Amino acid sequence: MKDHYDVIVVGAGPGGSIAAKTAAKEGLDVLMIEKRQEIGDPIRCAEGVGKFHLKQHIEPDPRWICADVKGSCIISPDGTRVEMAEEMSGGEVGYVLERKIFDRALANESALAGAEVMVKTRATDLIIENDTVCGIKLMHLGKMHEVRSKIVIGADGMESKVGRWAGIETAVKPSEMETCAQYLVSNANIDQEFCHFYLGNEIAPAGYVWMFPKGGNKANVGIGILGSKSGEDRAIDLLNDFMEKNMPDAKIIEMVIGGVPVCGTIDRTIANGLMLVGDAARQSDPITGGGIINAMNAGKMAGEIAAKAIRTGDCSTDTLQEYEELWRKTIGKEINNNLIVKETFVNFTDEDLNSLAYSLKDVNFTSMSLLDLLKALFKANKKLLWDLRVIFKDFIKNDIDFKYKAE
Amino acid sequence: MSISVNKYICGYCGACVGVCPTGALELVETWIEVDNKCTGCGICQKICPLGAIEVNR
Ligand SMILES: Cc1cc2nc3c(=O)[nH]c(=O)nc-3n(C[C@H](O)[C@H](O)[C@H](O)COP(=O)(O)OP(=O)(O)OC[C@H]3O[C@@H](n4cnc5c(N)ncnc54)[C@H](O)[C@@H]3O)c2cc1C
Ligand code: SF4
Ligand code: SF4
Repeated sequence: MKDHYDVIVVGAGPGGSIAAKTAAKEGLDVLMIEKRQEIGDPIRCAEGVGKFHLKQHIEPDPRWICADVKGSCIISPDGTRVEMAEEMSGGEVGYVLERKIFDRALANESALAGAEVMVKTRATDLIIENDTVCGIKLMHLGKMHEVRSKIVIGADGMESKVGRWAGIETAVKPSEMETCAQYLVSNANIDQEFCHFYLGNEIAPAGYVWMFPKGGNKANVGIGILGSKSGEDRAIDLLNDFMEKNMPDAKIIEMVIGGVPVCGTIDRTIANGLMLVGDAARQSDPITGGGIINAMNAGKMAGEIAAKAIRTGDCSTDTLQEYEELWRKTIGKEINNNLIVKETFVNFTDEDLNSLAYSLKDVNFTSMSLLDLLKALFKANKKLLWDLRVIFKDFIKNDIDFKYKAE
Repeated sequence: MSISVNKYICGYCGACVGVCPTGALELVETWIEVDNKCTGCGICQKICPLGAIEVNR
């Protein structure tokens, strides 16, 4: 570890690793720190990701791919099934990853690109002088150090403190957070080509249960419920109920818990000398809970703009504003559209959900896109979904998809 | 006011840290540390997926 770097990245998740790799490739002197002693472990993820977007960042490697997915199946409270499958050549549109290995592979790529990586190293504060972030304070093996930099990239995930240290409010309300529990199970006996989603206010208040295939008859079976609905029954209790009723023969071989911010875009993600990316910037999708691709895309933007800022010698918000604008135009647009959808759906009763599912019984989906699903729903249920009308023109204009677009 | 985190229940996911309005919590490797900014509001207790947190009254 040196005293000074061009860029310090806090957190070695997908957002941090892509930011570090991008900045290092631009020729910058980069340090990435991770507080855990093992990158990627324990996971806080259902590990589903769209192929097309993933491939923009890294060549798929069988070592961290567990399953190929060709479609999804949504099951309403009364058991009505809506199937969506991609029927294009090749068929598969998504992967279910092994995040422990994936996150390490990404960190390794940033190291190969020239970044210095330190594990078991936790940022404890920022160095701020003249209203400008000039580095971090960190703890490594019980000792405190100060390391300076021109730019800090906060990629410290859901539990992010980096933004708060710079005066950016990132705390989310219970009603803006899905609280989640998941088991990796063997003997899952599910269709390994489909992701399954179970809706219903009884099984998952203001959320859903998911089953993602993990290959070899295994699956990630998890639940997310809105934090404001958690209390008496917690995510783990509802998951146990679901397992007992629906998967009595499954064997639990791993437990995963975590929170997903579903607050929509926050007001600010930059300060002088600082950018936030990924979950730290609350860039996860309010409907799918997906955040891997958004974190990677934002990490790439932040790495590129860091290089630009350092080249011009101005790392103030004047230059970093470009990052703010770039991610809001792309990632942010989609998040805010999906926030409208989420806010409509959390208010539906089980009867509403059943009738929505039923209205699609004769629709033959040839894609897995959320937009196609919403369009079909809107067509058949204009009254119930009237609040969603605003997003369609936006959606279409921007050609935003569900991250599962096939090539 | 403060909270207690039962470390035998906690799964060190950091969800509580993300919702704490005062920034009183910190996830350090495999445990949660609470500092004196805690107001005992109970938001973390509500959100915890495992029910590891108790508010001391
Ligand atoms: C139950 C669940 C299911 C999910 N399922 C999916 C899914 O199927 N598909 C999908 O795309 N997304 C999913 N997500 C969301 C996804 O996991 C996150 O959006 C993604 O990991 C965000 O990446 P990131 O790089 O921003 O942060 P993270 O992956 O959280 O990485 C942040 C890193 O920063 C480190 N860190 C934190 N503070 C410090 C510090 N002070 N100093 C040093 N290091 C620090 C952390 O230890 C961590 O390693 C799910 C989330 C949950 C909870
Ligand atoms: S939310 Fe609960 S399980 Fe997660 S870190 Fe906090 S106390 Fe532990
Ligand atoms: S009780 Fe409130 S202030 Fe105290 S740690 Fe929990 S969320 Fe933070």
